Amino acid sequence: MKISGAEILIESLKREGVRHIFGIPGGVVLNIFDTLYDEKDIKLILTRHEQGAVHAADGYARASGKVGVVIVTSGPGATNTVTGIANAYMDSVPLVVFSGQVPTLLIGNDAFQEADIVGITRPCTKYNYLVKDINDLARIVREAFHIAGTGRPGPVLVDLPRDVSAGRTDFIWTEQVKIRSYNPTLEGNKMMIKKAVEEIAKAKRPVIMAGGGVIISGASKELKELAELTQIPVTMTLMGLGGFPGTYELSMGMLGMHGTYCANMAVQESDLLIGIGVRFDDRVTGRVGAFAPQAKIIHIDIDPTSIRKNVRVDIPIVGDVKHVLRDMLRILREDVKGQREDVRKAWLRQISTWKEERPLRYTYDENVIKPQFVIEKIYEITRGDAIITTEVGQNQMWTAQFYKFDRPRTLLTSGGLGTMGYGFPAAIGAQLACPDRLVIDIAGDGSIQMNIQELATAVVNKLPVKVAILNNQYLGMVRQWQELFFRGRYSYSNLDRVPDFVKVAEAYGAVGMRATKPQEVEPVIRESLKVKDRPVFMDFIIDWKEKVYPMIPAGGALNEMLFEEEKRMR
Amino acid sequence: MRHTISVLVENKFGVLSRVSGLFSGRGFNIESLSVGETIDPQVSLMTIVTSGDDQIIEQITKQLNKLIDVIKVVDLMGIEHVEREMVLIKVAPKKEDRVEVLKLAEIFRGRIVDSGPTTYTIEVTGDEGKINAFIDIIKPFGIKEFVRTGKVAITREKAKKGSS
Repeated sequence: MKISGAEILIESLKREGVRHIFGIPGGVVLNIFDTLYDEKDIKLILTRHEQGAVHAADGYARASGKVGVVIVTSGPGATNTVTGIANAYMDSVPLVVFSGQVPTLLIGNDAFQEADIVGITRPCTKYNYLVKDINDLARIVREAFHIAGTGRPGPVLVDLPRDVSAGRTDFIWTEQVKIRSYNPTLEGNKMMIKKAVEEIAKAKRPVIMAGGGVIISGASKELKELAELTQIPVTMTLMGLGGFPGTYELSMGMLGMHGTYCANMAVQESDLLIGIGVRFDDRVTGRVGAFAPQAKIIHIDIDPTSIRKNVRVDIPIVGDVKHVLRDMLRILREDVKGQREDVRKAWLRQISTWKEERPLRYTYDENVIKPQFVIEKIYEITRGDAIITTEVGQNQMWTAQFYKFDRPRTLLTSGGLGTMGYGFPAAIGAQLACPDRLVIDIAGDGSIQMNIQELATAVVNKLPVKVAILNNQYLGMVRQWQELFFRGRYSYSNLDRVPDFVKVAEAYGAVGMRATKPQEVEPVIRESLKVKDRPVFMDFIIDWKEKVYPMIPAGGALNEMLFEEEKRMR
Repeated sequence: MRHTISVLVENKFGVLSRVSGLFSGRGFNIESLSVGETIDPQVSLMTIVTSGDDQIIEQITKQLNKLIDVIKVVDLMGIEHVEREMVLIKVAPKKEDRVEVLKLAEIFRGRIVDSGPTTYTIEVTGDEGKINAFIDIIKPFGIKEFVRTGKVAITREKAKKGSS
């Protein structure tokens, strides 16, 4: 029986287990939306901007581990997805984005709402397709999900000309995917793994550096076991937070530009650095030439291009983190059981000395709200059991520092691209994926305005997403850099004046609250948790002078940190 | 260091753009690129000449391998192989030099593929050194224009022991 391209698409999505799609209709995708109109098993979440749709699908994917799905129209609908796609690409988030395209015969004619979206997204997708023949559609959908979700995950775009979704053909579904040139390596090289274990046994001052790969491959349990068995302290990258329990004794917190004193010092002094599912981003390494100068480096990653891209590596292991750690643990358990503790004693003592010397701190003030205080309160009240999304900038770094993430997939943040406006739509997606969880976006007044229109999406879908706006009337991180490195010349970083967020929330049918004094913070958070049927904006008027510390100035080494008292170390 | 890299790719639209986009997007150097179908019409072979230190070349081969449409990447550095390129040169020698130009073309095993009232178009094939040498030697006679193909390369078969 012949069915339409639109029906083939929806049937294929069902077979991929898709329950939610994010998107906005438009001219060339009307056939698809018409098919969705009667669809019971798949719900489309209508966002108010295509960027919001992609970030929401991204939040959905990160919170659930499933592939996020987006459908948008051609031209501007498609180009509006680009930031969201680039964001997902940098953070290895599995997405399949379907964009409408003008009919095949019109492609290249500068038709109405035509854009070469396959060309535009080529460098920011894992792969993309232009479906030219309806008979390829089902296979391409199957391949797109396979590519997006396996190996190092990433976004895949499928461009669908109108005549393809409107045409008719037989539906043929093949479960088996065969792409001869795409075979991600899962198992690590046995010899390298053995060598790595030998180095671990020998090391006196080892450090584990865990990244987003631990979370993506679902290897938190294995990582915990490795750290405990070998008594090696663990630091996380921003993307790795939650991959190892932040409240554990062995956790040193985040490293890098705004990392903890302990984590940065430990990396610099280590004799063995074990990078697990990390890509040694410049925000993590500081000045590469001065990074971990005494350490041998073991690097485990599924993406061979991550290895030796930024830092020298002594023992490279290409493979899925979970598989590699499992193999390492097997050898460790058999060969070197239980002898670690005394070997590591001096090193672990040094780690706790660093922790005590300079813990993360801020100066409490009873007259003005400190942003760190807000995050501490959110942590305390939620007992760490919430899905937290962030925007980008100071709000993101304070969250990474002061909220202790114990479980994977509980911090959703734009790490690689650093996309302001990510957190709120991502929270919407996360709430849909996890309806029973508490989802909070920790935002700044600058970032929240970059996708504030999604309030409508959250209200319409009765999503009780909480947004804590750390309102300092500035693009705060920009202002911080200008204060520290541009002699306080605050060039265009002042947002004065920002809208009344309480009124904005109310105008959309959401709840708005405000705290201007420290003693109001807790009541506002508690009150917000009582709202179960709509989003809440909490407007925290914070100390605008507050900065994120410690901080490594651009080009500095990890041990060249600035602290709150603004004295340079060493 | 200069490297010649052989890249086996799916013969699909957009593949060339994926490969060239990779080089430009990541700031890798590309000196020449030539591409053509192989014996299997679904597969094309690209020969890319690039340069960089070991770390960059390692990244280039890894990044190429990461592209979904790339089937196989071989860095020919250190592997016995034959490289060739072709040039078409349009020369406009003075009347008294026309014979000399023909002689030079013959020395370089060139072929005259077109001749006009005042011009010859000469085809020369060889490795890069030979092509450069020919261009240098013919330059004084007045080159109107020339076009080069870029390198193509293929590995040498090793002589088997005991075979005659």
